[in-house]
Amino acid sequence: MPSPANCRYSESHEWFRQEPDGSVTMGITQHAADALTDITFVEMKPAGTAVTAGGTVGEVESVKTSSEIYVPCAATVSAVNDAAHTDPSLLNSDPFGKGWLVRLASCDLSKAQGLMDAATYDQKNGH
Amino acid sequence: MTTATLARTPFHPWSAERGARFVDFAGWEMPMSYGSIIDEHHACRTGAAFFDVSHMGRLRITGRHARKFLDRVCTRLILGMERGQVRYSLVCNERGGVRDDVLVYCYDEDDYMMVVNASNRLKIMEWFRAIKERENLTFSMEDITASTAMAAIQGPKVMELVGTFSREIPTLKRYRFAEKSLMVAKLTVSRTGYTGEDGVELVMGSTVAKFVLPMLLREKDGVAGAVRACGLGSRDSLRTEASMPLYGHEITEEIDPLSAGLGFAVKLDKGAADEREGRFIGQDALEAVAKAGPKHRLVGFEVEGRRAARQGMGIHRGGEHVGHVTSGCLSPTLDKVIAMGYVPSELSAEGTEFEIDLGKARTAARIVKMPFYNPVRAK
Repeated sequence: MPSPANCRYSESHEWFRQEPDGSVTMGITQHAADALTDITFVEMKPAGTAVTAGGTVGEVESVKTSSEIYVPCAATVSAVNDAAHTDPSLLNSDPFGKGWLVRLASCDLSKAQGLMDAATYDQKNGH
Repeated sequence: MTTATLARTPFHPWSAERGARFVDFAGWEMPMSYGSIIDEHHACRTGAAFFDVSHMGRLRITGRHARKFLDRVCTRLILGMERGQVRYSLVCNERGGVRDDVLVYCYDEDDYMMVVNASNRLKIMEWFRAIKERENLTFSMEDITASTAMAAIQGPKVMELVGTFSREIPTLKRYRFAEKSLMVAKLTVSRTGYTGEDGVELVMGSTVAKFVLPMLLREKDGVAGAVRACGLGSRDSLRTEASMPLYGHEITEEIDPLSAGLGFAVKLDKGAADEREGRFIGQDALEAVAKAGPKHRLVGFEVEGRRAARQGMGIHRGGEHVGHVTSGCLSPTLDKVIAMGYVPSELSAEGTEFEIDLGKARTAARIVKMPFYNPVRAK
């Protein structure tokens, strides 16, 4: 399945979606979720945490491995998806929907380095 | 991820058709999983699961000194094994460290098959040839890994399924095997496995494997789905729950089987009652370990929280680093984190509390009895 066209994508397999209210929602891609295998643990930094460009907003862990989640631009965590913490398998079953990870405030995606559109991301990852 | 140099098993096309995600395992392109690893784990605990284990090395060892040779390299007694018997054994180095853990199948008093770990096959074969030369033994060792395929079918519903094409197999005791014919194919079917569940492992010619598998799984009878295809991911969590050692984790060249809790598979007095038994390589070293008592022991932990403890993580007590984790996972059956690791013997009592270093944080862990999960006890 192609990745949604309304998101931007990082080399490290995060997706970012600009919301109408100016915030940015992020998560991990289906490709990442498939490669990680069953996700068993999600720990995001709490709302209010300031993150620098290239910094991490948290960690997800799967049956096979654990993986840090990065942001491409300085931002502040404004909301965390509690449902994904309670049921990490949402990242496998619905990574672009119910399995979103955090919402970011004051995150200017236009200043972020190295983000790709969906077609470029999918091509790069063999879809 | 896929490279042309990886070996493929006779079941590879079957797995690929079913959407397997493959992984490089000891030079073989093997299914990691076909979907969710956790779902595959549950399928094996509650129903029937198929695993392609053709990557395991299979050596046919025959001839005049076959038995004598096997008694020389195996910690377990081979003399007196009956036709149709399977024995789990360690193969040790001179220092008593584990070179491999193996299954020995006895077809006759001069005809055996040894199943070795995929990652150790070449090392073991090279070493066996050197021993044969050095000790002037007469036997032949044929590597039948590529000319055969091996399947594991595991789970509480497997015997019922197997009973539909063989009356004999469900009557086999654990660690016994029978040779069966299915159409033109000749199968070795043993009541063995690496999941803690009841089940069978089958060895067959590689050319018939693709015809035999659908028959075994009853795919044509419309009961497809009765047996779930499972990969190495769930095989690992299943064996961890059953506290079965994995080479490179719980056992290595530097770890002796007594420290690993595998004393049941070591005949420390080999050769004492009957000189035909001989003595095995590593026996002197293991006698010394047994006499002094192992300095470290493999123990099982229940770990606080939802984060898996993994191989190499430090085990701490009272601020001191005292050991390391060898395997760990979030147990799908028990729904808690379990782990195995080595600690000093004086700290190995059940209930002893530790901290495991997860990298960024430490979490509490407590020694519990192994196996973590015993299907027989659970029912």
